[in-house]
Amino acid sequence: MSTITQPRPAARTGASAVDGGRLFNRLCGTCLTLFALIWLVPFVWALTTSLRNDGSITQHPTSLFAGGWSLHAYSYAWDTYPIGSWYLNSLVISVLAVLFTVAFCSMAGFALAFLRFRGRGAVIALVMAGLMLPSEALVLPQFIEYRSLHLLGTYWALVLPSVAAPVSVFVFHAFFRGIPQPLIEAARIDGASWWRVYAAVCMPICRPAISTVAILTFITSWNSFLWPLLVLNQTKMQTIPVGLASLVNNSNIQYAEVMASSVLGFLPLIAVFLLFQRQITQGIATTGIK
Amino acid sequence: MTTVASTRPAPAAAVPAARPGRPPRSERRAGLLLSAPFLLVYLVFLVGPLLVGIVLSFFNTTTVKSGLGGWVGVSNYTKVCADPLFWEAMWHSVLFTLFTTPPLVVLALAAAILAGRMRRGRTFYRLAFFAPYVVPSSVVALIFLWIYTPQVGLATKVFSAVGLPVPDFIGSTSGGWTAVTLMTLWWTFGFNFVLYTAALQDIPPEVYEAAAIDGAGPWQQIRHLTVPLLGRTTSLVLILQILASLKVFDQIYLLLGGGPSQSTRPVIEYIYDTGFTSYRGGYGAAATMVYFVVIVAISAAWYGLRRRRASHAAA
Repeated sequence: MSTITQPRPAARTGASAVDGGRLFNRLCGTCLTLFALIWLVPFVWALTTSLRNDGSITQHPTSLFAGGWSLHAYSYAWDTYPIGSWYLNSLVISVLAVLFTVAFCSMAGFALAFLRFRGRGAVIALVMAGLMLPSEALVLPQFIEYRSLHLLGTYWALVLPSVAAPVSVFVFHAFFRGIPQPLIEAARIDGASWWRVYAAVCMPICRPAISTVAILTFITSWNSFLWPLLVLNQTKMQTIPVGLASLVNNSNIQYAEVMASSVLGFLPLIAVFLLFQRQITQGIATTGIK
Repeated sequence: MTTVASTRPAPAAAVPAARPGRPPRSERRAGLLLSAPFLLVYLVFLVGPLLVGIVLSFFNTTTVKSGLGGWVGVSNYTKVCADPLFWEAMWHSVLFTLFTTPPLVVLALAAAILAGRMRRGRTFYRLAFFAPYVVPSSVVALIFLWIYTPQVGLATKVFSAVGLPVPDFIGSTSGGWTAVTLMTLWWTFGFNFVLYTAALQDIPPEVYEAAAIDGAGPWQQIRHLTVPLLGRTTSLVLILQILASLKVFDQIYLLLGGGPSQSTRPVIEYIYDTGFTSYRGGYGAAATMVYFVVIVAISAAWYGLRRRRASHAAA
């Protein structure tokens, strides 16, 4: 990609090609930056709307500074909707989902990677088949099963489906396989039990896999919509996405208040994303979780 | 909770074969104990619903009270297959897939290639494109509903500023599709962008250097090198996008409620309506199974095709 690799005799034509290439690159850069800025517009639009007052929004919708800025809409939204308890519910559910998913799936991944036991082949086949299972298509039978187990309206109803994610086992399994076998054998010869090999040798090594699974589980569990909508029927019990969905109503003209609530809805996730953006995008790229 | 496929080939299974002989008892016990918790949750809460669905689809169960109801044989299936509303809903899911898949794949490919050529600003592009993906669907719907508001909304202003006729985003079918497609494009674009960006980083720079020595301009490099080398990734992005689009619910339900007059209602919302508004559990389960078989058939076909392609390449 550099001029140094150009052979001497081609110097003249090379120079014009390089100029063309540079121009092309600059053009690409401008287009892409424009595109990226357009992508930020909805965020900026929501944020600025939330800081204005409804009267000036309806009168001058596009002049951002008309009517002055205030945080009034935020205090109104916080007082009117139980956003605090929605946050708490979302947080408890997502954290529980992360803890159980990491624990259970890493144990299974470890067993499948290192241990020979009866039924191992069947378990691997089940996990692989589970990767293809479109679980969100099954909400209706899932609902009836959870009802007969008396799990509806509990946090467990939302935690358990996340734990049953074969992809997390898959991620751990793939990572454990990268650990050299002699390390495990050395630990065994030193008298460590399999549990100790798992907990004290392998888990500390696979911190990248833990963070990938933890962050992706957190985001999917926080954002899931249809299942919590069905399972949590009391307003106080709802999660952020389901609670905020009750504000979706096109006859609502309290634009600033609604936008303030949606800013409150996206801020925590944007914060998580900014903190862990490298792990998140890498995790997506290696697992293809959608 | 989702459709998943490994984007990188997994290393060949060789670990257990490395140590010959019958495994000691402690090892067999540890293997079972360590995989038991996951296996239990997996069987009860992922395989369970599938079995429950198969059973329910042969009974006239209602969703309001517990119990199976009476055995009705395959009559649920014949009724589902004869219901024009079900096929309309299927068609709406397919239509949504047709609207969203081409732009989401092509634009993501283009943006990733452009971003790959840039020396600076990659983090900015990744932030801008991927940030919407981590936002909950209902928040996205709230923001876009405000953008689509007649008269005062941003989209209305932009459309009239460019000179385009302003569609009735929420009130009409065609406007509704436009609204949902644009919103989905904004929301999920970053996912495909990230997959493509990662794949681009795996292409060794020497390939381009060799092409540059041979006198290939940037456009030729992109057309004859980058795009073909990304073929595997494109097939992955395509299938993930098709499956995700066929499973659409959130966007259409939140923004349009499947309306106006059910003209955009996707399958999952149809199942939701039969099961939770009309309380016809058994019938809804039959519809679920028909839809489920379609989805599984598509992904199985893709896996099979990919495996055959891979063994061809290896031979």
